[in-house]
Amino acid sequence: MYFNARSALAIYRREMARAFRTAFQSILSPVLTTSLYFVVFGSVIGARMEPIGGVPYGAFIIPGLLMLTLLGETTSNASFGIYMPRFTGTIYELLSAPVGVAETLAGFVGAAATKGLILAAIILGTATFFVDYEIKYPLLAAFYIMLVAASFALFGFILGIWADSFEKLGIIPMLILTPLTFLGGTFYSIRELPAPWDAVALANPIAFLVSGLRYSFYGVSDVPIGVSLGLTIGFLALCTLVIAVIFRTGWRLRE
Amino acid sequence: MSEPILSIRGLTKTYKNGPRALDSVDLDIRPGEIFALLGPNGAGKTTLIGAVCGLVRPTGGTITAFGQDLSRDWRKARARIGLVPQELATDMFETVWRAIAYSQGLFGRPYDPARLEEILRSLSLWDKKDAQIRALSGGMKRRVLIAKALAHEPELLFLDEPTAGVDVELRKDMWQQIAALKERGVTIILTTHYIEEAEEMADRVGIIRGGRILMVDEKRAMMERLGTTEAVITLAAPLAAIPPALAGFPVEIGADGMQLIYRGGNGQGGGRAQVAQLTQALTRADIAYTSLDIHDSSLEDIFVGLLGEKEAA
Repeated sequence: MYFNARSALAIYRREMARAFRTAFQSILSPVLTTSLYFVVFGSVIGARMEPIGGVPYGAFIIPGLLMLTLLGETTSNASFGIYMPRFTGTIYELLSAPVGVAETLAGFVGAAATKGLILAAIILGTATFFVDYEIKYPLLAAFYIMLVAASFALFGFILGIWADSFEKLGIIPMLILTPLTFLGGTFYSIRELPAPWDAVALANPIAFLVSGLRYSFYGVSDVPIGVSLGLTIGFLALCTLVIAVIFRTGWRLRE
Repeated sequence: MSEPILSIRGLTKTYKNGPRALDSVDLDIRPGEIFALLGPNGAGKTTLIGAVCGLVRPTGGTITAFGQDLSRDWRKARARIGLVPQELATDMFETVWRAIAYSQGLFGRPYDPARLEEILRSLSLWDKKDAQIRALSGGMKRRVLIAKALAHEPELLFLDEPTAGVDVELRKDMWQQIAALKERGVTIILTTHYIEEAEEMADRVGIIRGGRILMVDEKRAMMERLGTTEAVITLAAPLAAIPPALAGFPVEIGADGMQLIYRGGNGQGGGRAQVAQLTQALTRADIAYTSLDIHDSSLEDIFVGLLGEKEAA
């Protein structure tokens, strides 16, 4: 398959430049929000909570909070990245360029994933000011964060193509991803839920993501790490396939 | 004759739940020419451009650019095609420099600041290179779009209504820029509402209406073939009938008998010569006249006439 690296790099640079141009909204704002969670739930309330699975409560919630920000921000960044050119009409340039699905994804999704990783690094750095924690499997954690960032950037890209209004653009992150992350074991272990809610909670795919990241941090999880990894890779593959079909058919891109 | 740089055969586009925007369009564009596509709103001009540039998915037909089938070798072909859209669509918060550097990279070209500087200077945008696009005037924004389209040095350039909303002075400035591009060997296809623009710049003209190409011809040939001269001669005394001395001229008498109206010629000076002969004939026949008003038909007259004929048919 032909891949034009210059085209992909041009899109990537432009998207990154857009992120830094709006640094307050795209970087500072989510970091501030997550820091408040650390202060309230980690330091203040967490100090009075029992450890979960041998992990102090303040440290226990870090993977969940990280996942909350990562999912919301990568999805929003990628969806906004492709929606805005559609909305303003500047997408004509992308569509008329010798650029295929691979370059487009490398540019838009790569930039959204990079922004997610930058956020994750800042959030983890910020957490050290409020909570004591150590990452048991740092390489696995880094790989898993990258995998989740790439997957949800792809998902956001689909969302940005599907949406035909700003309202629709915000629906999925606000009304689906955020509640599912909250209910996916960010602040508690699913194992501690009474039946049948422990089983019901596993119907929430985000629970597998939070569990997977928590395993990489502390070696404890609600579901086996292999299942979390498999599900995330499967989701990434599915999103890639959907985008390939969108480009082939031109759905919502070409008239 | 050289091979066409762009060849369109049987191009059809029917929008979902909409009208047929293009109806079996055949068109050849010659290398190095300026081709003006004229047509009323909704005629299919922008759809035609969109189909070539990858913005619109054709329902049927083939498009060949630089000898390559666009449906298969679209990457190679698109790298050599530029588009200036009708709308002022660009990231308004970007600087001019970043915007054109992005376009250069997007089309797979290595970053070439010297080339970007040359483009900006040629479009009188060099001193605005660090300005945000939103801070520029409408005319300058349009020039930024041209600069973006030129950043990858296209050989075939589409200009969709390039001077829409631009004041007269800037429009003439834009014409000079387009003429300079032609000098550099760029083939240009432009759509315009200003028929004066086509008359001024185009080598060939195509007239499109209802998704069908009604006519394609050399501008001069079209004016020669369809152009006419109209002369209105105001007489000193009314005439009841055409005198025998004027029988050989295509003239008619005006409503009140005080005007003699000539319609004829070929739009290339033949009519004016015949009007001169007509005035001599009037003098010889002792028919006095007080004024003479001559008007050669413009491309606009031809365009309006042609569309009117098709509508009547």
